[in-house]
Amino acid sequence: MLDIWKEFPGIIANGGITLQVEEGEIHAILGENGAGKSTLMSILFGLYHADKGIIKVRGKEVNIKSPNDAFDLGIGMVHQHFQLVHNFTVAENIIMGKEGGFVYDIRKASRKIKEISERYGLSIEPDMVIEDITVGMQQRVEILKMLYRDADILIFDEPTAVLTPQEIDELMQIMKNLAAEGKSIILITHKLDEIKAVAKRCTIIRRGKLIGVVDVDKASVEEMAAAMVGRPVSFKVDKAPSRPGKPILEIENLSVMNSKKVLGVKNLSLTVHGGEIIGLAGVDGNGQTELVEAITGLRKAESGTIKFNGKDITGISIAERNAMGLGHIPEDRQKRGLILNAPLTSNMVIKKFTEAPFSNHGILNYPEILGYTEKIIEKFDVRSGEGADSLAGKLSGGNQQKAIIGREITADPDLLIAVQPTRGLDVGAIEYIHKQLVNERDRGKAILLVSFELDEIFNLSDKIAVISGGELIDIVDTADTDEHSVGLLMAGIRKGEEK
Amino acid sequence: MSKRAGNKPLEARKASPLLVSLSAVFLGIVAGCIFILCIGKNPFAGFERILFGALSNTRRIGNTLGMSTQLILIGLSVAFAFKTGLFNIGASGQMLIGGITGSILAFYLPMSMPRPVYLFIVIVAAMATGAFWGFLSGLLKARFNVHEVVSTIMLNWIAYWIVYDFIPRFIIDPTISVKSKPIETAHTLRADWITDITSFSTLNYGFFLAIIMCIVVWFILQKTTLGFNLKAVGSNRFCAEYAGIKVNRSIMISMAIAGALASLAGLTYYCGYSNIMEMGKMPNEGYDGIAVALLGNCSPIGIFFSAIFFGILKMGRGSLAATGIPTEIADTIIATIIYFTATNVILASFWNKIFRSGFSKKEGAAIAAMKQKGIAKPIEQLSREEFRTLAKEGKTLVNKDKKEGR
Repeated sequence: MLDIWKEFPGIIANGGITLQVEEGEIHAILGENGAGKSTLMSILFGLYHADKGIIKVRGKEVNIKSPNDAFDLGIGMVHQHFQLVHNFTVAENIIMGKEGGFVYDIRKASRKIKEISERYGLSIEPDMVIEDITVGMQQRVEILKMLYRDADILIFDEPTAVLTPQEIDELMQIMKNLAAEGKSIILITHKLDEIKAVAKRCTIIRRGKLIGVVDVDKASVEEMAAAMVGRPVSFKVDKAPSRPGKPILEIENLSVMNSKKVLGVKNLSLTVHGGEIIGLAGVDGNGQTELVEAITGLRKAESGTIKFNGKDITGISIAERNAMGLGHIPEDRQKRGLILNAPLTSNMVIKKFTEAPFSNHGILNYPEILGYTEKIIEKFDVRSGEGADSLAGKLSGGNQQKAIIGREITADPDLLIAVQPTRGLDVGAIEYIHKQLVNERDRGKAILLVSFELDEIFNLSDKIAVISGGELIDIVDTADTDEHSVGLLMAGIRKGEEK
Repeated sequence: MSKRAGNKPLEARKASPLLVSLSAVFLGIVAGCIFILCIGKNPFAGFERILFGALSNTRRIGNTLGMSTQLILIGLSVAFAFKTGLFNIGASGQMLIGGITGSILAFYLPMSMPRPVYLFIVIVAAMATGAFWGFLSGLLKARFNVHEVVSTIMLNWIAYWIVYDFIPRFIIDPTISVKSKPIETAHTLRADWITDITSFSTLNYGFFLAIIMCIVVWFILQKTTLGFNLKAVGSNRFCAEYAGIKVNRSIMISMAIAGALASLAGLTYYCGYSNIMEMGKMPNEGYDGIAVALLGNCSPIGIFFSAIFFGILKMGRGSLAATGIPTEIADTIIATIIYFTATNVILASFWNKIFRSGFSKKEGAAIAAMKQKGIAKPIEQLSREEFRTLAKEGKTLVNKDKKEGR
């Protein structure tokens, strides 16, 4: 891809970016959110059309108008969100769209799938049904789908966001196998250690501009991060020892149903004090969502009590909980966190619009709302095309998250529940958000951090609570533990049970 | 990517909802012309007839506005529910409820009552019963998750049979036993002074009620916490729920207000535009209102004008017959417009493409002018005025280049 230009209203997403990937190479693309990585890949995959620039595949200039053109050229993409039919088998998913004729031969296809799977060490059984296999395996099905279509250029878009540490290692190995077989891999990620582990070269882009191409062997993680963000970045969060105050959140014997009407949280007790960050570690789907929804009032508690600042809040409404000073950075920022087709102004006061000064006797006070929004934009460096009037949906993911965090922190809550606060964000934004959370802690606020990334939990938490199968397995001081022992707890193995 | 607080970035224009709606109207009229040509008649004569029938004298203008009255109110009703993410198909039933409430009160309230008091009572009563009717759909949705499209359609038929039962029970006209007795003019929404200046047209106080309601709905949606609440639920109910907004309550309130507006339309229709109710007749206006709301982009001012436009077509079509053009042509035009309104995304992207190519031409011209003048500044940092003058100067430069064959 040579000198690619793409402009969106108010933003030059790609300003003359050149990307050259060799055969059999794992090439990483590194850039902050909104730097233009996704735009660039969407152009390569035919979802967008470049305003200017040339794309060459195997030395020949090509015009990619749609994903089908991309397929024909042997370009395949493993999306962040898998595109699989859940009640179909692996084989059926893979051959979908490539059945070849009216009557298709599933057995022949299965044989081919098995062959490919063995060749690259994917260990996938073609007859398994998608909903019965793990997330890691689903991802490998996506990879298989590309290989089945004879793709030579594979694009991985943030592939490790949904995987456990063990699955990440497996994926890294698979990628190396693929490259060894002559496939070219483009890896889009913000995790520098992954780039370090597999990539040969790395193209760094910043704000739509090409910063440089580095040989991964010769550059340090710190250098790459600095090149991406444009300034030195610290990975360790500087924080003083915590000074826990009075208990803010007290959960006693809480049980909550999940959406399948079975207990998602079982008899869980947990206390969070002011001035401390408790990290809730666990593999996705072990009751974190149910617990958070029960605390915030989005889900009913079956039994047990939740006390906030000494008051029982188990049965009260969400609005009352918000008013008492409960802040919540939701897991899904686009579904829960923001109204995407409403301007930032509305989004920033969505929890407060009924209060003075934002409204009086039911009449909105727009100048106050605007002023408040601009304050948050300024303080939390939320970048958007049209300032406070920008639609929330037009912001990049990182800026959407900054806006939500700005809204929650500006409301000055006593307890802040942060669920996956840095999911899918780049190191610059992560560093910033981590700092904000530690700041809040130092101001005496209680913080419950829910994250599937152990690095984040270890970096921020004063104590780590481990949840597995809806039960609280253990609470440990961060200083007294390591990733290995927490990993075991996450698998549900209690101390003493370990061989 | 500099931050321009409150300042729109320099970029190509975007198609406004108004432009999109006007394009839909234009295409609908073009389609109408083609239809008329197909049957071998002169389309201009046809449209001249429609305009003649709708607007040629004060009486006809009055009738057109009278017809538009209920379309405005129903359009508002549909749009209001729509803003909360609800589809109110039940305007017809809500109209019947408002109509029957008004008609019964017209006969059972004493004639001696002062007119302002009487009007106040019927308006409030019609809105209250309509609000209850809409609220039922909201309640069913909030409590039992019954989709409002299903419940409003069923409630339409319940209203239909209630009217069927109530007319003979309370207000039957003994001479024609399928209609209600005509309401005394003093107990309709008609006013002598309006009737006088529009030479006995159907125009009545309802038209002013409709204008007031346009303002009220605009005010609620734009300026109040209630409107904020409802729009939040309509745009993203998960986020609204997370923020502590009571989603179910909002759904019930929104449906109640939509019901009240449609019911008011029924009052103006049965006790103003007309003065009788017929048994076994479901008013079409409930469905026309959906088209009005769509064409008006769900904004009160847009609804006002689109309702008047539909009113013109509906009143003017009667005069078409004189030219030998079937009156169904007018209905076809309405249908075509609805079709084009529904494809507004295509229309918008068509205009956006035109605006973009115009903008990049201007941009090229401005760059040429800047080069000549030696201004070294990124084009994004120009102010609108600077950009405009530079583009103009550049245009002559580019044209000259072209002439010289470069």
